Amino acid sequence: MDSTLQQYRLESVRKEFGGQQVALDGIDLKIDQGEKVALIGPSGAGKTTLFRLLNCTLRPTSGKLYIADEDIAALHGQRLRHVRRRIGSVYQQHNLVPRLQVIHNVLAGQLGRWPTLRSLWSLCKPGDVELAHSALSQVEIAEKLFERTDELSGGQQQRVAIARVLVQNPEVILADEPVSSVDPTLASTIVRLLVDISRSTRRTLLVSLHSVDLALAYFPRVVGIKQGRVAFDLSPDKINDDMLEDLYAGNFRDPGAPETRSETIEPIAYQSLG
Amino acid sequence: MKPSSPSLTSPSAKTYFPYLFAALFILVFVDSWRRAGIAPEAFFSMRGRASLWKFLTGMIPPELSWNFLSMMVRPALETIQISLWGTLIAVAIGFPLGLLGTHTLVVGGILNDAELQGAPLRRGLRRAIYLLARGLLSLFRSIPEFVWAFMFVRAVGLGPFPGVLAIGVAYGGMLGKVYSEIFEAVNARPLEALQATGANKLQVFFYGWFPQALPNFVSYTLYRWECAVRASAILGLVGAGGLGQQIEISMRMFNFNEVLTILIMLFLMVAAVDYLSAKVRAML
Repeated sequence: MDSTLQQYRLESVRKEFGGQQVALDGIDLKIDQGEKVALIGPSGAGKTTLFRLLNCTLRPTSGKLYIADEDIAALHGQRLRHVRRRIGSVYQQHNLVPRLQVIHNVLAGQLGRWPTLRSLWSLCKPGDVELAHSALSQVEIAEKLFERTDELSGGQQQRVAIARVLVQNPEVILADEPVSSVDPTLASTIVRLLVDISRSTRRTLLVSLHSVDLALAYFPRVVGIKQGRVAFDLSPDKINDDMLEDLYAGNFRDPGAPETRSETIEPIAYQSLG
Repeated sequence: MKPSSPSLTSPSAKTYFPYLFAALFILVFVDSWRRAGIAPEAFFSMRGRASLWKFLTGMIPPELSWNFLSMMVRPALETIQISLWGTLIAVAIGFPLGLLGTHTLVVGGILNDAELQGAPLRRGLRRAIYLLARGLLSLFRSIPEFVWAFMFVRAVGLGPFPGVLAIGVAYGGMLGKVYSEIFEAVNARPLEALQATGANKLQVFFYGWFPQALPNFVSYTLYRWECAVRASAILGLVGAGGLGQQIEISMRMFNFNEVLTILIMLFLMVAAVDYLSAKVRAML
């Protein structure tokens, strides 16, 4: 085990918001480079917070987080941005800039590499049209290159978001509920796309999924998260129905219980959800 | 099941605070009526009616002689030009200060969590920058443009230039404050995604923040330009050129029909600016 390079190592990682709401309550997790891992668990379990820690948007309140053996507690400014550049993220709501053309949203994957002035100039005259075009071809919507992003359908926007990750060309791909807002057939297409693009380049892939079936079907390792903790961490053949029932149990019985709390936590930073 | 069943009365029903607040609210307005010396009956007093009548009838008909109108062309142009440069300087002041005064960009929210958590020095520095920008914006807009003009006339002499500077500084304060509010209201999710690619704050701003804020940004700036046209006329009263100076001269000589002409010109100018900004907004 120790011979392969570790992508992530989390040691009793906690994340609190405002000093009282506990989103993550001591997570221990190791993920090797090139692994494909699915995260499942009830909504409000802390999956989104975990993703935000893994892509260096948030920082643990306590505990240690290592990315490729580097302790991220010591990172600020440019060194922090360099680590972020190596991690590509796909989100539930695509998180694209709606008023920009598709090409700018795709080329945004280059921002960590481009100097500031070059990236600003690219908004006037797109910097690397061919790169954007080939990334969009890989997700099969090359013809949308110059359209305005908010004119695309939900599934197409998710493809644009994946094209942005392709341009970024990271060693890790994180996808937080990438298919919960698209229909089931498209959902498995997008999950397969994510698996394919990370398999061909031995990228590490972490996907959180609403659908347990997708997780069990496409991933050799499935981690269950409940109430900010790791409930299980197994290969799909070792996961039985009791475990799954346990994972999601209590989620609907008591609406006032702490499980629903992160619904109030997640929007903290958002003034408007537009 | 929890032992205690949820209460069906809202928590606010248990306190008298809303009633107290309503009473206070009414009291403030009643008291302000008295202290602001609001006296509608003044309109009906003999003296008030007589002088109002004299002023209004004195304005009609407007002075439309070729001689007077041709004399007004230059001041009218000057008013527009003052407002143009005033607004440009206001944007140059308001944009960077508004950016630094945007809480979610500089100090708070999800975009600064990883950067500032456990870095008290950085956090303190950012906070200082934010407060300084906010403070400057407050200072610039709390001093009326009238007073700024007065000061700049002393500094650079009579003419349109002090008017330009006064509008630039005072409106810079107003623009900066509203810009920061516009930036703060932007959907943060795309910004989070941009930052996660390793982009720096300036890149996140121009790729995510600014495109989302653009329609509001443009329409508020154009509205301020419209206000600046009016303001640059007023500033003429303290010797800062433009149509205002002409109003002052005509008033002092009791040529109220000339005043009416100038007011009509001003109205047309503001309407034209309004029309133009509506066109620009429609393009976005």
